[in-house]
Amino acid sequence: MSKNMIMAGLVVFVLAVLSPFWFNLITSTQAAPKPELLGKAATVKKCVLDKYEMRAEHMYLLDVWRDSVVRDADRKYTGTNGETFNMSLSTGENSCLGCHEDKAKFCDSCHEYASVSPYCWECHTNPKEIK
Amino acid sequence: MNQRYLIPLTAVFLLFLLAYAGVEGLGLQVVFGVLIPYLAIAAFLIGFVIKVKGWAASAVPFRIPTTCGQQKSLPWIKQNTIDNPNTSAGVFVRMLLEIFAFRSLFRNTKAAFNRNVSNKLTYSWELFLWVGALAFHYAFLVVLLRHLRFFTAPVPGFIQLLEYFDGIIQLGLPGLFVSGPVLLLATLFLLSRRVLDAKVSYISQASDYFPLFLIIGIAATGIAMRYFTKVDIIGIKEMTMGLVTFHPHIPEEVGGLFYGHLFLVSILFAYFPMSKLMHMGGIFLSPTRNMANNTRAKRHVNPWNYDVPIHTYEQYEDHFRDKMIEAGLPVDKKE
Repeated sequence: MSKNMIMAGLVVFVLAVLSPFWFNLITSTQAAPKPELLGKAATVKKCVLDKYEMRAEHMYLLDVWRDSVVRDADRKYTGTNGETFNMSLSTGENSCLGCHEDKAKFCDSCHEYASVSPYCWECHTNPKEIK
Repeated sequence: MNQRYLIPLTAVFLLFLLAYAGVEGLGLQVVFGVLIPYLAIAAFLIGFVIKVKGWAASAVPFRIPTTCGQQKSLPWIKQNTIDNPNTSAGVFVRMLLEIFAFRSLFRNTKAAFNRNVSNKLTYSWELFLWVGALAFHYAFLVVLLRHLRFFTAPVPGFIQLLEYFDGIIQLGLPGLFVSGPVLLLATLFLLSRRVLDAKVSYISQASDYFPLFLIIGIAATGIAMRYFTKVDIIGIKEMTMGLVTFHPHIPEEVGGLFYGHLFLVSILFAYFPMSKLMHMGGIFLSPTRNMANNTRAKRHVNPWNYDVPIHTYEQYEDHFRDKMIEAGLPVDKKE
């Protein structure tokens, strides 16, 4: 192979490796969403898990809840703070979205940022959308 | 048990523990999360460029294509244009198939003695190295590309598409990405080959085991973080975005496991240019694959041949014409 071809390939490779750097230079980079407690959640301030545990493990918790509700018809969950919650994503006042009313801010902003598209909403509906 | 894999295995464990303990015990997040990743990328790029430039400078005096098919010959003999190309188009296709389908590995054979009375040495086609290598390389590529979601915001469509297809079986929450377990299982298979097959084990060195253990460690810590212990993804993405936009940011509540993963990846990057992993760049420069087999059709002059004073037949005849005519020898030019 000729030297020019090797050098051209090398340049392409270096640019490809550095792509995360220059991609963020030439495009406007979205800032990380700042989670805030809104509506009822802001006043009640009692969630099923602690803040960081919730951030890391909520999907696992929802998976466990789904199995518990669908397979064992058990809808009661007692959090680490001793409070009892209704295992539900979107139904009723005591559900996730019953307290965190704004789905766009509570769910979507972070999911979008992390490029996660959970399939929750293929079955569930956002209670706000029903009205 | 032998030290050729015990030492690399221990090294990978210790490297992981170093980062884990450094972060959990000493609070060295800045070192393992910012400093070392930057150094690793720099070492990777500089090392890679130096290595390839060195290869580019070395001599390729003549064509040494391997001939895996019929060479171009008389018009009524069918040429194998891909396995024995005489044009650059054919070479291009051969290289494409080599790089994306590992055709040389596909031809892999093994030698073994028959287990029956004849005890003959026989060669047989050995496909599983090719299968394992293909699974490993493609899974690693997908995993690597998927990680671009931590370095871009908003995430480009093709990465989302890749994630969609990688997670298409929708198993569990967070959904299973098939490439993760495939990567881990393929590396474990490649490792088991080196450990269990006596003939491969005999030729395996520490430098063969180290990258394997490193990649197994990276895959295992990654899988552990995604599916088992869980981490704060938004915090981690803030950190990785900080790295690529040169605004380093250390998230709170991100533990040693993540830094262990990151440190092993940094080690892999830094180690890459001085290891056998450089076959990533080297495959493009395979002299037996990337040259057309046209040595009979074209004259290839060694580029550093110096001028040799030559004495052509014309000069010879000019010199001895009289004597040749006198002796009755035939000459091209009389007078």
